[in-house]
Order: sequence, then C-alpha cells, then structure tokens
Amino acid sequence: MAAESGSGFPVDPLHQFVVNKIFPLEIGGIDASFTNSSLWMIVVLGFVTAFTVIGMSRRSMVPGRLQSSVEIFYEFIANMVRDNAGHDAQRFFPFVFTLFMFVFTANVIGLFPYAFTVTSHIIVTFALAIMVFLGVTVTGLILHGPKFFGLFVPSGVPVYMLILVTPIEIISYISRPISHSVRLFANMLAGHITLKVFAGFVISFLGAGAVGWAGAVLPFGMIVALTALELLVAALQAYVFAVLTCMYLGDALHPGH
Amino acid sequence: MATETAHQIVAQVEHADPTEHTMAGQEAAHGGAHETGFPPFNPDSFSSQLIWLAISFGILYLLMSRVALPKIATVLEERHDRIADDLDQAEQFRSQTQEAIEAYEKALGEARDEAHKIAQATRDELQAETDRQRQEVEGELAARIADAESRIKSTKDTAMGNVRDIAADVAGTVVSQVLGENADTAALERAVDAEIK
Repeated sequence: MAAESGSGFPVDPLHQFVVNKIFPLEIGGIDASFTNSSLWMIVVLGFVTAFTVIGMSRRSMVPGRLQSSVEIFYEFIANMVRDNAGHDAQRFFPFVFTLFMFVFTANVIGLFPYAFTVTSHIIVTFALAIMVFLGVTVTGLILHGPKFFGLFVPSGVPVYMLILVTPIEIISYISRPISHSVRLFANMLAGHITLKVFAGFVISFLGAGAVGWAGAVLPFGMIVALTALELLVAALQAYVFAVLTCMYLGDALHPGH
Repeated sequence: MATETAHQIVAQVEHADPTEHTMAGQEAAHGGAHETGFPPFNPDSFSSQLIWLAISFGILYLLMSRVALPKIATVLEERHDRIADDLDQAEQFRSQTQEAIEAYEKALGEARDEAHKIAQATRDELQAETDRQRQEVEGELAARIADAESRIKSTKDTAMGNVRDIAADVAGTVVSQVLGENADTAALERAVDAEIK
C-alpha cells in the first residue's frame, strides 16, 4: 500500500489502520505481540480507570466538574439499562457501563492525530459483539430454559405465518452480532478514511503553488467540519452499541415480548 | 491564519512522512506474503488483538465493577439519602413553623381578648367610680341645696314672723290711734294672719 503514496496521492488513507508490533511475543504458537492496537487498548483502559477513580476520589456530597461528569456517565448508562432492558437488568449494568466506556473512549481517543482507533478493526468490534451475543443467549437460556426460544415465535401471529416468520426471526437473531459489530467498525473506518482523504487533498493542493494554497482552505475546512461530525459519530456509535446491547439483554430477560 | 496553519500541517506531514514510509516498510517486511492490502481484514493481527482486547477489557470490567461503580453508587445513594433527609427536615421545619404561626395567632387572639376584657373592666370601673363620685357630689350638692333652702325658709319664716308682728303692731297702733283705745291683740293677730295668707 505504501507504494501508492508514490503514485500521486500523498497520504495512504489505510495506513492509520496498520497494526505494528511493538514487542513481538508468541505464546504457544499464537501471536500475542504487544502492538500499537494493544497500546491504545491499554491507553483506553488507563483513561477510563483514571477518569472514574480520580473523578470519584473526593466523593463529595456536592460534586465538582470531574465528579459531575463521572456521575453523568453513570446515570446516563444506568437509565439506558433501565429503559431498554428493564429494572431487573441492573446486575448487567457494570458490563454495559464498561462496554460503553471502552467503545466511547476508544472512538474519541482515535480522533486524535497519530492515535490508533481500536474500534476501527472488525475483529475488535466483532469480539465485543459476539461476547454480547453469547452472554445474552446464555443468560436467556439459564433464566428461561426452552421458553427462551419463544423469542423466535412472535405471539399473535397465525400458525401458517409462523412457518415464514420463525426462520426470519432466527436469522435476524443470529445476524445480530454481525450488524452490531459492522455498524461500529464501518462508521469508525469510514470516518477516519474520509478525514485522511481530505488531508491528502490539502497536501495535493499545497503542492500546486500559490493558487493551491488558496484551494487548500476548502478541504481543510472540510477536515475541521468532519472532525466535529466524527466526534458526534464516535459518541453516537458508542451509544448505539450500548443501547443495542441493552435491548438484546432485555430480550433475554423478557423473551415474551 | 489559514496559510500559517497550512504551513504547519505541511511541515508536520513532511516530518511524519519518512516515519510513515519506514513503518509501512516494516509492516510490508513483517506481513510479507500475508499482506491483504486492507489492514482491518488482515488476519495476522487478529490473535494479538483478541488477546489484548480480552486483557484490557477484562481488567477494565473488573476495575469498574469492583472499584469504580460501587464507589459512584455509594456517593449517589448517600446524596440521594441526604437530599431526602433534608427534604424531610425541611418539611418538619415547615410544619413546625406552621404550628408556631398557629400558636402565635392563637396567643395573639387570646391577648386581644384579654386586652379587650381589661379595657372593658377598666372602663366599667372608671364608669362606676365616676358615677359614684358624681352621685357623691350630687348628694353633697343636694344636701347643700336642701340646707340652703331650709335656711332660706327659716329666714323667710323669721322674716315673715317679723312682718306679722310688725303688721300686728302697726295695726294695733293704727287702731289705738284711730279708735283711741287698745285693740284686742288676739283679734288683731287673727286679722293679720288672715291678711297674710
């Protein structure tokens, strides 16, 4: 891919997604190298931990700014879990909170120049989605046993329609982890590629002398606007990811609906 | 402004470019034949990403569920309780205030009644005292008047008695002068009395 940078376009928009080994490591024949992706996962871990732990270190009755923001995240996700998964879903709250904070922080940190966006890799988002999928399915089976499969048989549908509806429900259930993970992955990937492409335009323009300098203002403005949009997308996709997790949890807890 | 920023970006990119080339070169060397061309779909990095995701997400989950979230929950609960307590207390204070206002109103009413009563009593007392004094004065005046009247009467009687005597004298004298003999005193007095009446 790097060869393309010689063929006219100054920036390789995919280069930002390349995983580099920082400390090569192999355990039992499996590659477990500490990569830039690992580094940024650890950064996300550290950031979320620092945010919540330092933010709550004073435990003030009247919260300061940092403590307020921690509490806002807490209550936001607590409400999300309650509204979408029901009151009995509170024991899954720590999981949804961790999931949201991880995805949200990874998305936002990924917007910083030179940072690696952990969630722009399908394997990461798919791992998170399959974890949710398996967790939800196992929870549903433990709580409701065979009744959990009632999820695939909507009530109030005529029997002859069930022959058609049930396979559709099953397929849609099984495809959940795919749509769940691809949505996040694709949004992150596309946003970052777009930013890089416009950055490439700026550089191309700058190579064209004085007129190009004036022309470069346009894609540069686009970068500024897109960065704002990407910030929104970063937050929104983290929210969507968490809300879908809550809804799937709700299905597992109340399969009757 | 814009050109300056653009300058900086060019400088940055030019600065960054060689590194990119070397890193990309490294990756090409690492990836070798396995290079798929699209990094997110390159299965070479999957195992390490999965392992490190499991590590970082697992640690984050433990830290959140064991440390951070219980702490936040405690603080929020404490605050919730505190606010509920404060509201209860405020409600209590409010009802206390209400009671105090009612007690005050009642006391004020009682005091007003009391004052009214005292005023009435004082007024009655003063009225009685005034009446008594007036009656006293009136009685005294009446006594004086009666006294004066009796004195006037006695004086008048005396005077009238004198007049009768004088009249009887005069009549006696006149009778003796005219008739040349002394008139009967008793007859004269009877005649004078008859005239005076």
